[in-house]
Amino acid sequence: MNKVSKSPWLLHYDASSCNGCDIEVLDCLTPKYDIERFGIINTGDPFQADILLITGGVNSQTAPVVKQIYSQMAEPKVVVAVGICACTGGVFKECYNIKGGIDTVIPVDVYVPGCAARPESIIDGVVRALQVLDDKQAALKNKER
Amino acid sequence: MSTRSIVPFGPQHPVLPEPVHLDLVLEDEMVVDAVPSIGYIHRGLEKLVDKRDFKQYVYIAERVCGICSCGHGLGYCQAVEQVMGIEVPDRARYLRTIWMEMSRVHSHLLWLGLLADAMGFESLFMESWRLREKILDLFDETTGGRIIHSVNQVGGVQKDMDQGMLDDILRVTRDLEKDMKPVIDTFLQDYTVQSRLKGVGVLSKEDAIGLGAVGPMLRASGVSYDARLLGYAAYGELSVEPVLSTEGDSYGRCAVRLQEILQSFALIREAIGKIPAGPVSAPVKGNPDGEYFFRIEQPRGEAIYYVKCNGTKNLERFRLRTPTTSNIPPMVQLLKGSQLADVPLLILTIDPCVSCTER
Repeated sequence: MNKVSKSPWLLHYDASSCNGCDIEVLDCLTPKYDIERFGIINTGDPFQADILLITGGVNSQTAPVVKQIYSQMAEPKVVVAVGICACTGGVFKECYNIKGGIDTVIPVDVYVPGCAARPESIIDGVVRALQVLDDKQAALKNKER
Repeated sequence: MSTRSIVPFGPQHPVLPEPVHLDLVLEDEMVVDAVPSIGYIHRGLEKLVDKRDFKQYVYIAERVCGICSCGHGLGYCQAVEQVMGIEVPDRARYLRTIWMEMSRVHSHLLWLGLLADAMGFESLFMESWRLREKILDLFDETTGGRIIHSVNQVGGVQKDMDQGMLDDILRVTRDLEKDMKPVIDTFLQDYTVQSRLKGVGVLSKEDAIGLGAVGPMLRASGVSYDARLLGYAAYGELSVEPVLSTEGDSYGRCAVRLQEILQSFALIREAIGKIPAGPVSAPVKGNPDGEYFFRIEQPRGEAIYYVKCNGTKNLERFRLRTPTTSNIPPMVQLLKGSQLADVPLLILTIDPCVSCTER
């Protein structure tokens, strides 16, 4: 990818993780990693977000919330599963209250492994998500024609 | 009479990185009641003792929470060691103390950043988290992990620190202490910060004891209690003095945490000065049999670890009571009678850790 065609806004949600990954997501925004250099802003509003960063293996109480947040986001939208729990369920996979990865509830575009996922790999995942966002945008335009 | 309305707060809310839901009953802008509902992060970790043996379970205990990870590993290991009667080598006890105090510094800096963010003081948030990165770099150097360290094991610790690492810790904490000065001044003396914190959410000494507050929340109300005085790990050989404040408001809780950061630096230096040479783990033979109830002081307050073993490799029961669980009733008390605009700030002043609470 040569250039960023859009300054995407992030939305972050914790779907029952240990909050290690959530702290690392916030870490990406702070001076050392500074994800804002890509024009990326962390927003709290699903209606304005382009990329959903989601952590943790979903449980039954948080699953409807995840679905609702996803449905509130405008197209095109990209979901990045951050951390091994969000990818497969991780260490919590065998817990009675864990469904498994995020992809059991909503479609996932980019998987970022790691326990906890390091900020470098989260940034890598977001940059990959930008490419997916461009592709989805192009597909939407073709559809309109 | 004004009309009552109910405003939902959360589970997805910009102020908190974790989901917690509150129904705020409002009369105009005043909160008259707050009804918390939890369970968004409940995973059922305690039940996992059936599927993991007691040595493997350390990794699960560490993942109860990403911020207090080091303490959960320590608490669980010490409880099992007490059951099995294992004598932990002196060097391991000191290493545990050093890592524990480092995690207290990183947790408090994280909280200070979130507090500044809740007030809309963006540059202070960035500065606090910039300083926190230096502690995370130290963790990366000494344990190999930034957030989840996996250094504790039943019988001691997995990794030793060489003299170079200890010198690095001394150097970084010395620099950090210097860099903290302007941050502390801003938090305690800035007019804007004071107007948001002073007199907001006062918890009296009687309420703090009656509602079972723990940690900085309790100490900010003037109660001298710190579980580190019990002398677990190497705390018995170090000079621990509870940091107190008498105000009981948000400003007091902020002041207590700022002082505790400086206290942690002093404890780290003292521990490095006294650390003996020797092995870092004791051999573990057989399976645990019996039960034990262990208390430690986490950055957020006193945490309780209960283990019940039956002589097999799996524990029969593991129970954990986390500081945030005890701090929720005082938080609800603080919210009653507060302004709606202060709600995010008041929720933050208890330093909520929802992952710990719900496990």
